[in-house]
Amino acid sequence: MRTAISELDLRRARTVDDALAMVADGRTPVAGATDVFVALNFGTLRERAFVDIWALRELRDITATGDTLVIGALATYTDAIRSPVVAGWLPMLIEASRQVGGPQIQNRGTFGGNVANASPAGDSLPVFAAVGATIVLRSSNEERRVAFNEFYTGYRATAMRPGELIVAIEVPRVDGRQWFRKVGTRAAQAISKVVAAGVRGDEPRFALGSVGATTVRVPSAEKALRSDDIAGAAAALSAGITPIDDVRSTADYRRRVAVNLLRRFWSDTAD
Amino acid sequence: MRFTLNGSEVDVDAHPMSRLLDVLRVDLGLTGTKEGCGEGECGACTVLIDGEPVCSCLVPFSQAEGTNVRSIEGLGDDHPLQRLFMDEVGAQCGICTPGMVLAALSVGESPSLSDVQTALAGNLCRCTGYSAIYRAVLKWRGVSPDGASSI
Repeated sequence: MRTAISELDLRRARTVDDALAMVADGRTPVAGATDVFVALNFGTLRERAFVDIWALRELRDITATGDTLVIGALATYTDAIRSPVVAGWLPMLIEASRQVGGPQIQNRGTFGGNVANASPAGDSLPVFAAVGATIVLRSSNEERRVAFNEFYTGYRATAMRPGELIVAIEVPRVDGRQWFRKVGTRAAQAISKVVAAGVRGDEPRFALGSVGATTVRVPSAEKALRSDDIAGAAAALSAGITPIDDVRSTADYRRRVAVNLLRRFWSDTAD
Repeated sequence: MRFTLNGSEVDVDAHPMSRLLDVLRVDLGLTGTKEGCGEGECGACTVLIDGEPVCSCLVPFSQAEGTNVRSIEGLGDDHPLQRLFMDEVGAQCGICTPGMVLAALSVGESPSLSDVQTALAGNLCRCTGYSAIYRAVLKWRGVSPDGASSI
């Protein structure tokens, strides 16, 4: 049954400092609400006090400064799809964004929300993992940066401390060909069975979602790719992931598809 | 809280965590907007906020303040796209139709079939098999469905 809204308390933040003060008070941030309201509709919402940060425009910009692409936490998938800066720097993020839900979800869902929700199936997460992004966290007291690949500490668990808000995702300049692929039951409106992103540069990088408790990279597989040893990379990848059986797929299927995606990444990005 | 609904300013006293869907249907009595899945999969509850399609079952009312909301009632009863949905039999049970029509309003000039399919990717229909819906939208945009490019 749907969560009774009479038990809930939502306040709107007028400024980022305002939002940080309310997060420090234990309120859960609500951005585009595409995860929070699904939980509300299904009666699985645990939190009771919220702060609405959707209107904080200063957290929505996507800009390139020096060698860094800065994606505001409240930038939506639609913002990325329409951004010439993203098209130039990180085209695989546009591919990923186009495959999130449908236009309705792309218009409201945010990258900060996708990262914070910490689902192993998050569609943008393999992109951030493959490029070695940095998550910018801010609290009332300080701002700190956490490497994306150290951000998740377990299933749906993150390195965030109480009182912190994700304010941006920083992406370094990416050298090499970018590649993204989502495998689901249909092109739109499907949660991924396996989702993958890769960069083929001097140091090839390949990240996967939905094959373990968190989005993962497998260093031994990437090392084998460096010497163009695709068979070795496939074996290392297969050994390095921990997919499960669930309603969407079986572990065996996911393992096989993950290896197929690695091979496809390598053949698609060959010169 | 005040917002613009179908061209008129409205002022509704509702919980800020109310779903926009419920504000429209319950507080304002506009039942054209339908509830389907409650998780952003089906698109039946689609309305436009500042011209962009959203799932009103996933929008907190607090986020509607000061915006321009358009629901199916805002099209009147004789919008050319509604008429084409009828002429092409793009509706059977009708539950998806209001959301389908509103999502289709974002289709630009001279669309390909693929453009229409992408614009409607967030709206599910269990009756029509979609072909009649795509025909209606293509004709509305002046494209012959027979000649529509699939690319």
